[in-house]
Amino acid sequence: MMQNIWKELKKAPLTAWFGMVVIAIYIFVSIFAGVLAPYGETDPVGFEYEPWGGDFLLGTDNLGRDMFSRLLYGAQNTVAIAIVTTLLAFFLGGVLGLLAASLGGVLDQVFSRIMDVLMAIPQLIFALLLLTIFGTSLINMVLVIAVLDSTRVYRLARAVAMNIVVMDYVEVAKLRGEGLWWQIRHEVLPNAMAPLVAEFGLRFCFVFLFIAALSFLGLGIQPPTADWGSMVRDNATLITFGDITPLLPAAAIALLTVAVNFVVDWMLHRSSGLKD
Amino acid sequence: MHPILKMTLQRLGLGLLTLFVVSLIISGAVEMLPGDLAQEILGQSATPEAVAAMRKQLGLDLPWHERYLAWLGDTMTGDLGQSLASGREISNLIGTRLGSTLFLAGLAAAISVPLALTLGIMAALYRNSLFDRGVNVFTLSAISFPEFFVAYILILFLSVQAGWFPSISNIGTDTSFFEQIFRTLLPAFTLTAVVTAHMMRMTRAAIINLLASPYIEMARLKGLPPNRIIVRHAVPNALAPIINVVALNLAYLVVGVVVVEVVFVYPGLGQLLVDSVAKRDVTVVQACSLVFAATYILLNLTADVLSIVSNPRLLHPR
Repeated sequence: MMQNIWKELKKAPLTAWFGMVVIAIYIFVSIFAGVLAPYGETDPVGFEYEPWGGDFLLGTDNLGRDMFSRLLYGAQNTVAIAIVTTLLAFFLGGVLGLLAASLGGVLDQVFSRIMDVLMAIPQLIFALLLLTIFGTSLINMVLVIAVLDSTRVYRLARAVAMNIVVMDYVEVAKLRGEGLWWQIRHEVLPNAMAPLVAEFGLRFCFVFLFIAALSFLGLGIQPPTADWGSMVRDNATLITFGDITPLLPAAAIALLTVAVNFVVDWMLHRSSGLKD
Repeated sequence: MHPILKMTLQRLGLGLLTLFVVSLIISGAVEMLPGDLAQEILGQSATPEAVAAMRKQLGLDLPWHERYLAWLGDTMTGDLGQSLASGREISNLIGTRLGSTLFLAGLAAAISVPLALTLGIMAALYRNSLFDRGVNVFTLSAISFPEFFVAYILILFLSVQAGWFPSISNIGTDTSFFEQIFRTLLPAFTLTAVVTAHMMRMTRAAIINLLASPYIEMARLKGLPPNRIIVRHAVPNALAPIINVVALNLAYLVVGVVVVEVVFVYPGLGQLLVDSVAKRDVTVVQACSLVFAATYILLNLTADVLSIVSNPRLLHPR
């Protein structure tokens, strides 16, 4: 088992290796942010906009908080929130999609048409509309993005499951008198797992960028929580003086999405059986 | 009926239906407000009588379908109501801003579409070469970058260090046309970087898909040079998916302006939308969403229709 995994990994292209190493580093940093950070997440420890070096490795931000510490805590907050949101979207879209495929008929039609309409409105615009109505807060943002993103998961889960529910073994399970939930869990889900896992990576990137964009616009994760999107916004004025500090959180976002994309690209390539 | 006309009409009908449902959702936004619009305008301290009077003035005492029809009628005739926060006419607020946004999106499209097609065709021509791989890694990265990252990198290099462009695109009504183009270039470059990658990858994929077909093999066996095979034989058949993806990206462009406009303080519709969300100015958000959604749906519809029209099998039925 372990040997097989190692064999596959050895064949992975350089880009996939790069992606996996970067993801591992991010996971490490987000778990141990509290230990690694020299200062607290929200403590003003110096003057505003102090330069790099000295007591503060990457200087301080607009309120005199240590930039390096906030970057580390940002890994924790931003990544964790994005993962929770993606999981929620997958749970919602996955369950509805599998149900629609297994039950078919009117339910399938109703779900699918609702999803079509939701997908017809550009996501960012819809999210802004919903955030205006319910107010901008962390919980609202997570829920809104999860619901909007679940439409994409629904489409994929339904399409994949459609091909599985017509298989003989599902028919056998049905004749054996197994319940609907048992069929989905034991027959459909294991066979739909591979494409869903690859999709998880892609959706994570999308959700991650979406949250970053909303936070950058000041409508997502609220201060004083350290978050990469809002850190770019808060320190953006430094750019006009040629200081690259505000680019660091943005680069942190970009690096993670590139890494995940590289890994997903490799996984898709492998599962589609392309060998060129 | 000619099959192409029939399919086009079908898509048109479907698009109009979607537009109708979307307008229902957006007009319903006010219904979903905790409390109601009259309460929002007058604030918490208003007397019940004042709220009731306001409700009557806004027509909130009418049943919802009458209200929806009245709203739809007003919207169609260009009367979008008043801003909750400032009380100004929304149509005045939106008017010039919509023009600016379309100008920005148009400029970005004018740069990105030719660039993406050229790069895509070249990548297909020299596939698996160093050029192709380089472009592939580059585009995959560009897709994964947040827009504001691209924007600030461009500001840092082209505006702060090189000093070629202004970092803030403050255009007004009195700026001349060329000045306006010049000041819009930096945001347009940002949008270009974001959409070109996707279009280029699809162009390359669409052409490479075709290269395995027998008629390309035939052309190759005749001894035609590779660039002639691609340009004369492969591209015309790859046109349908390419046109489709171009239109889809144009739709994305109109929405993608939101973040870019905020970075460059560009006076467009996106900036207005973001400001209004922060102020919870529901009526303005409603109007902006409607404009954005309608543009998006219409462009998607165009993508659909164009990909049908450019399909030779449908154009010349047996």
